[in-house]
Amino acid sequence: MDVLEKIKEQVESNPVIIYMKGTPGMPMCGFSSRTVDALKQCEREFAYVNVIADPEVFEHLPRFADWPTFPQVYIGGELIGGCDITLEMHASGELKTLVQETVDNAA
Amino acid sequence: MTSVQHTIESKLNQAFTPSFMLVENESHKHNVPPGSESHFKVTVVSAAFEGQRLLQRHRLLNQTLKDELAVIHALSLHTFTEPEWVARGEQAAQTPPCLGGSAS
Repeated sequence: MDVLEKIKEQVESNPVIIYMKGTPGMPMCGFSSRTVDALKQCEREFAYVNVIADPEVFEHLPRFADWPTFPQVYIGGELIGGCDITLEMHASGELKTLVQETVDNAA
Repeated sequence: MTSVQHTIESKLNQAFTPSFMLVENESHKHNVPPGSESHFKVTVVSAAFEGQRLLQRHRLLNQTLKDELAVIHALSLHTFTEPEWVARGEQAAQTPPCLGGSAS
């Protein structure tokens, strides 16, 4: 499968997915670490892709949604943003609401 | 040679005519050689962000700093309109909360 097809499939079949460096249990970048911490506090399951373990995704994800940096968070098939936006939304409470609504509606 | 920091500042000035801007080289907080220009934190307050969601604002900055993003390792973005900036006490995010360890 083409890598962009694969990414599309991932973001569409998972209500919440983060592309990060490392794993939720062992993040390998401070930005990924803080972003995944915010997701963990939303009290719903989320999927993750470790871009360090998938060099093809690492290389091509930036052009998927025209977003140059990692991590990237997708909710309901849409790019929400990177670390700064996710943390901003977490601080305002918006992130939790969006995550819970999206996951609960997908169930 | 022009520093990356200077280039970032001048490109942002040109693109957004900010009422406030702070470009911080945070590389020293990371495991890189002294004097590195690898990690930056950017705070921009501009009327240009009026009516735009954070995603759109960040897209604009990423586009403006496309060439720099290719060479640096991390770019933290904090974008506000003037009223948003005033409302949050003219402070960008990420100052750790006080944990009660005051000396007084």
